[in-house]
Amino acid sequence: MNWLWFLLVGLVGGVLGGMGMGGGTLLIPLLTIIMGVGQHTAQAVNLISFIPMAIISLIVHIKNKLLNKKGVLWIIVPGCISCVGGALLSKVVSNALLTKLFGGFLVVLACLQFVLKIKKKS
Amino acid sequence: MKLKIEEKSNRLSNKKTILYSILVGVLSGFINGIFGGGGGMIVVPMLNLILKYDEKIAHATAILIILPISIISSLFYAAFGNFDLKIGIPTGIGVTVGGIVGALLLSKLKAKWVSIIFSFVMLAAGVKMLFF
Repeated sequence: MNWLWFLLVGLVGGVLGGMGMGGGTLLIPLLTIIMGVGQHTAQAVNLISFIPMAIISLIVHIKNKLLNKKGVLWIIVPGCISCVGGALLSKVVSNALLTKLFGGFLVVLACLQFVLKIKKKS
Repeated sequence: MKLKIEEKSNRLSNKKTILYSILVGVLSGFINGIFGGGGGMIVVPMLNLILKYDEKIAHATAILIILPISIISSLFYAAFGNFDLKIGIPTGIGVTVGGIVGALLLSKLKAKWVSIIFSFVMLAAGVKMLFF
């Protein structure tokens, strides 16, 4: 019955992701803290589960003409190169250290999100 | 006069736009690679604040940017043997279904307050992972 819990955790992360609020940043701690999954595995699962959801959302966004394709390759190409460095670095870092680094990243993101949203009027 | 100056500073020159774009790409790619996610969380505000994208466009375009980055990172994570099908398949189905529900809900909920509550959840999870 364990798969049911994973399905549920995925649903929670997915709903937030679909709302554009960083589902992955919630899914990863849910997987590690509640489900006891290792940090590296949680990150791999998050990356792969993002792919089908992203494709579906993109189709919707293309229909709604919400994509800005102009100049976007200047972001995508460097991103695709530097992510290799990040992925390689994650491999050499221990599970415990990666958990701490990710925790620090979450704290920074939380503060950033709080400041950005509290400033917004609507 | 003031308006003119503002207009000028809002409209970035071509060279600057390209330079900023590359920096945004490098930073978000690296973050998404090392943490297996979260690239979108930093791409959206950077597209919005630095490259002056409209907020909705920034959210949508962020997915277009993070998708190829995630595919490449996934290949590396899978090659390192980090992926576990028993966890990945049910979670992936949940994320996909939840993602569709979330996209539909977005227009009905006050996203501002959901985001603020979510920032506290992230803070709590982050502190736990850092210190406990």
